[in-house]
Amino acid sequence: MKNSPRLWAGFAIPGTVWLIVLFAIPFYAVACVAFGTIDPIFRDAVPQWSPLSWDFAQARQIFTSLTTGPLRGVAMRTVLYVVCAMSLCFVIGFPIAFFLARHAGKRKLLLLTLIIVPFWVNYLMRMLAWVNLLSVDGLFTRFMRNFGVNYNWLDGSPITVILGLVYGYIPFLILPLYATLERLDWRLIDAARDLGANSRQAFRLVTLPMSKAGLVAAGILIALPMFGDYYTNDLLSRSPSTEMIGNQIDFFLNASTEPQKGALLVLALSLFLLLFMSFYLRSTRQQSRQVTR
Amino acid sequence: MTNLVSTRRSPLVFVIWGYIIWSLVPVVIAVIYSFNDGRSRSVWQGFSLRWWFTDPYASIFRNDETRNAISNSLVLALATLLVVTPLGIALAIGSQRIRGRGANYVQGLTSTPLITPEIVVGAALLLTFTRLFTAVPLGFFAQLLGNVTFSLASVVVIVRARLVSIGASFEEAARDLGASRWQALRFVLLPMLWPSVMASLVVVFATVIDDFVITSFLSAGVSSETVPLRIYSSVRGGATPALNALATLLVLTSFTVLIIGLFGLSTWRKRHGERGGLRAALADVTQIEG
Repeated sequence: MKNSPRLWAGFAIPGTVWLIVLFAIPFYAVACVAFGTIDPIFRDAVPQWSPLSWDFAQARQIFTSLTTGPLRGVAMRTVLYVVCAMSLCFVIGFPIAFFLARHAGKRKLLLLTLIIVPFWVNYLMRMLAWVNLLSVDGLFTRFMRNFGVNYNWLDGSPITVILGLVYGYIPFLILPLYATLERLDWRLIDAARDLGANSRQAFRLVTLPMSKAGLVAAGILIALPMFGDYYTNDLLSRSPSTEMIGNQIDFFLNASTEPQKGALLVLALSLFLLLFMSFYLRSTRQQSRQVTR
Repeated sequence: MTNLVSTRRSPLVFVIWGYIIWSLVPVVIAVIYSFNDGRSRSVWQGFSLRWWFTDPYASIFRNDETRNAISNSLVLALATLLVVTPLGIALAIGSQRIRGRGANYVQGLTSTPLITPEIVVGAALLLTFTRLFTAVPLGFFAQLLGNVTFSLASVVVIVRARLVSIGASFEEAARDLGASRWQALRFVLLPMLWPSVMASLVVVFATVIDDFVITSFLSAGVSSETVPLRIYSSVRGGATPALNALATLLVLTSFTVLIIGLFGLSTWRKRHGERGGLRAALADVTQIEG
């Protein structure tokens, strides 16, 4: 099979060219706009296609703005919301995945199916469902009023946005977590128990170290889209007080006359996420190498 | 063994059922309110089908803009499938079998789009189509290119998993029996790839029909408005239950495709003597062993 390299290269070429033209080059285009100039008359961003004539003045300005200036709040908030949402996702998702992998027994297929369902329900539908419940005369708002809670959920509430992120992304965490825990060799945990570890010790000293790589990979898998999320915020809050970095990108590229700032923020976000992405790719490659061995 | 396995009545049972209720009940309520007789999406005023069929202007199947969005969504999803399926199958076969340094680059390039946030892909393509490849106008064609780019990786992942589980021995046997390399590929390997092709059709269809970010970044107004874009722009306005009906329709569409796909997959497996049935079909589609 391996002695026909040309044939296999021929198979890989169309897709590879597609990804170079429509995935790799667009990143270059973002850089060219980000480090380009601004037309003095029309104020539009003019891309500089040659890296030799890139201009970094705007980039420096955005960097200062993100670290000490007006965009600092947005950057900090993005990290804070994602960290809060991620922690909640793990607190809720881990026990569920653990139970599914370990104790579900006969009901496993039923539970697994019910847990996969949200995966296939459109994200917007799931947000829309909560907008209905949380609106001023929504069922949940009215229900909470019985307990004296009179809260305006949909008007710049950080709680709503964070819980919305949790609600939106948790299905994408539970399944990979389950897959990781399912693959574990549970005999080792039973052995630890038989040798006298209590369940907490067995969990801390055996289960957790064995599943660590999978947990981190699953976490990254939902952290990446969360960092780029703007629609959850847009649907559940629409207030500048809860804006995340994605909202700024959306604003600068789709609703303002300063696409260059948008391009710079896309670049900043990508560089920040590159760290997580390369970690993820390396860990999954290691896993697949172990499987093929 | 130990007593861990027998703790059936563990508090985790409540956690898991609580989660299932929390994750599904709001959606069920939203579906129910699409049958509300009044204009409210949160106060029940009796059952009617007005937002689905009967209202001559506002019901989803009679409103011109909504019908336009529905047909745009379907056309975009089908066109994406037509392009991405052959492209993805070829790339999966090729990238799995080439060797050397090029192979690493190709594999890196195919797996990166899968984990790149959609907003980054959408923004990059928007800037590319408005400033570099200006021959591509925003609208349907740009949306098609964007969706193919974003879903190519998932086809490759699904097909490659199947290639790994098939192995090389079947093709080698065909070659030993006198088949040419091409014949072995065409008459032995391709038919065996069928479950992964079906699984990727389902996954890509559901991804594209639900896609919001890329489709929205690359849209050009009403002419290329899809169902998710229409839902998005009216969630926070004073929309009627027709919005719930439209969102329900979207969910029904993906579930119909999913269920057809699952039954097709389990039938195929049964007919070809592969074990697993529905559970294996579910694993094909989710890429997770059940």
